[in-house]
Amino acid sequence: MAKRIDVSGLSAYYGTTKAIEDISMTVEPRSVTAFIGPSGCGKSTFLRTLNRMHEVIPGARVEGKVLLDDENLYASAVDPVAVRRTVGMVFQRPNPFPTMSIYDNVAAGLKLAGVKKKSVLDGVVEKSLQGANLWNEVKDRLNKPGSGLSGGQQQRLCIARAIAVEPQVLLMDEPCSALDPISTLAIEDLIGELKSQFTIVIVTHNMQQAARVSDRTAFFNLAGVGQPGKLVELDDTQRIFSNPSVQATEDYISGRFG
Amino acid sequence: MTSSPPVASGGRARRGRSDSRRGDSIFFNLSRGSGVLLLVIMAAIAGFLTYRSFLSFGHNEGNFFTTFEWLPDAPVPTFGIAVLVFGTIASSIIAMVIAVPVAVGVALFISHYAPRRIAQPFAYLVDLLAAVPSIVYGLWGALFLVPHMSGLTSWMDEYLGWTYIFDSTKTGAAPRSLFTVGIVLAIMILPIITAVSREVFKQAPRMHEEAALALGATRWEMIRTAVLPFGRPGVISASMLGLGRALGETIAVATVLSSSPVLSLHLMDPGGGTFAQNIALRFGEAGENGRNALMASGLVLFVITLLVNGAARMIIARRKEYSGAN
Repeated sequence: MAKRIDVSGLSAYYGTTKAIEDISMTVEPRSVTAFIGPSGCGKSTFLRTLNRMHEVIPGARVEGKVLLDDENLYASAVDPVAVRRTVGMVFQRPNPFPTMSIYDNVAAGLKLAGVKKKSVLDGVVEKSLQGANLWNEVKDRLNKPGSGLSGGQQQRLCIARAIAVEPQVLLMDEPCSALDPISTLAIEDLIGELKSQFTIVIVTHNMQQAARVSDRTAFFNLAGVGQPGKLVELDDTQRIFSNPSVQATEDYISGRFG
Repeated sequence: MTSSPPVASGGRARRGRSDSRRGDSIFFNLSRGSGVLLLVIMAAIAGFLTYRSFLSFGHNEGNFFTTFEWLPDAPVPTFGIAVLVFGTIASSIIAMVIAVPVAVGVALFISHYAPRRIAQPFAYLVDLLAAVPSIVYGLWGALFLVPHMSGLTSWMDEYLGWTYIFDSTKTGAAPRSLFTVGIVLAIMILPIITAVSREVFKQAPRMHEEAALALGATRWEMIRTAVLPFGRPGVISASMLGLGRALGETIAVATVLSSSPVLSLHLMDPGGGTFAQNIALRFGEAGENGRNALMASGLVLFVITLLVNGAARMIIARRKEYSGAN
C-alpha cells in the first residue's frame, strides 16, 4: 500500500519565477513527514509537485525527478491523472463538494475510477468514513449535504474522500489551519492511525503539531523575498526539535527567526 | 428612521454616527422604493391587461382558448389563442433545445478550456451578438436561412420523419415554419445564456476544482464534478432569461414566419403564429375590439412567462441546500 518517495534535483516555477530550487529528499513509507518553514518558503508548492497538482496552475512547471518507489512521476509517459489517483491530497480549507451528499463525496473518487457497483461503494464509504473517525457521527445522515457538517467534520470527510481510493501516499496541506483545537486534535489522532497504512506528508505552520504527529521533519527556508525556497535540513523530528544540525533551523524553531 | 440620534459624549463621534444612520436610512428607503416601484409597475401592467382583456371577452363568439382564427373585428367577432399558444411554446422549446447546450459548451470553452489570450476576445464577440438588433436577425432569417433550409428540411424529413414532428407534408413550400423560427430564436438567445453561464462557471470555487483534480479527475470529469453542479442554478437562470426573450420576440418572428391560423404538429411546415408576432402584425389596423383582444393575448403571454419563471425558481430552490452557498 505505502510507497517511498525519492525526490532529486527538483525545482518548481510559476511562469518565470522560481519558487523552489534543487530539492532532494527521501520520504519513508508508513511514516509521517512534516514540512515546516516560514510563509512563502515553498513547502506547499513542493507538496503539490508530489502529486503533479503544481502544474494545474497556468504557467507553472517543474524540473527534476520524483520517484515513487522506482517510477518517475515526471516521466513523459506518465499521466498526471493516474498520479493523482496514487497520491491523494487533503487541502488547507475543508473542500467537500457542496453539491454532493456525504456519501457521494466519499464515493466521488471511486466513481471517477469507474466503480459503479452499489455494494462495493457502500463498503468503501463505510470503511473510509470509519478510517477517518467520522462514521459514527454521520452514519444516519449519509444522504445529507457534506456542507452541513462542522469544519472539523468536513475536513475528516475530505480525508475519508482521499483515502477511499486507497492511495499510496497522502499529502496534507496545512489540514488543521482552519480548525479549532479540538478538531485539530481529532485530525492529529487520525494521522497517527493512518500512518500504519499510508505514507503521509504534512505541511504545517504549527511546530507543536509537527513535533506531535511526525516521525521526520523537513525545514524549508528562503534567503529573502523573491528568492526561491530551499530545503535546509531533513531529520528525525526529535533531532530537529532538540538538536538540529543547522543554525537556521534552531533559530526558526526557537522563535529567534529573522 | 425617525429615532432620535444617540447621545454621545464627543461631538465628532456623535455626528459621525448620525451621518452613517442617515446614510443607512437613505439607502434603505432607496432600495425599498425600487423594489416597491417594480411591484407597482408589474401590478399596473397586469391590471391594465386584465381590464382591457375583459372588455374584449364580452365580444367574442368563439372560445378564447380553443379557437384558431383571429377575427375580433369581424361582424361576428371570433378569436382564440390556440394557435398562438402552440406556436409560441413550440418555437421557444426548439430555440432552447438548440441554444442551451451550445451556450453551455461555449461558456465552458471560454471559462475553462480556451487560453486566456483567446477567451477574452471570444467572449467579447459572443457579447456583441446580443447587441445585434432583432430585425437584423429577422432579415437574415427570412432572406438567408429560409432559402437555405431545404437541405436540412429534406434530410430531417427523411431520417427523422418518423417522429411526426419533423415530417414535412408541404415539401416545396418555403420553410417559413416554426422550426426555422426556432433556429433564428436560438441564435438570438445564445449570447445572453452564454454570457450569464460563463460568469457563473468562472465563479466555480478553485478549491472544489482542485479537490476533483486531486482525486484523479480529468479536466472534463473535474468540470462535471465541480463546475457544472455549482453552475446549475446559474444556467437555469440564464436559460430563463433566454426563454423570456424567445417567448416575447416579436419582429424577428414576424419577419420569418408566414402567419396562418394553422395548428400543426408538423413543425417544419410553414404557418402558425406566436403571441408577440400576432400582436405586431395586427395592432396597426385593429379596431377597438381588436386591440382589446390583442391585450388579452398579451395577458396570456404575461401569465405564461410568470409561470415559466416560477417553475424555474422552484427547480433552483429544491436543490438549495446543495447550492454551495454555505
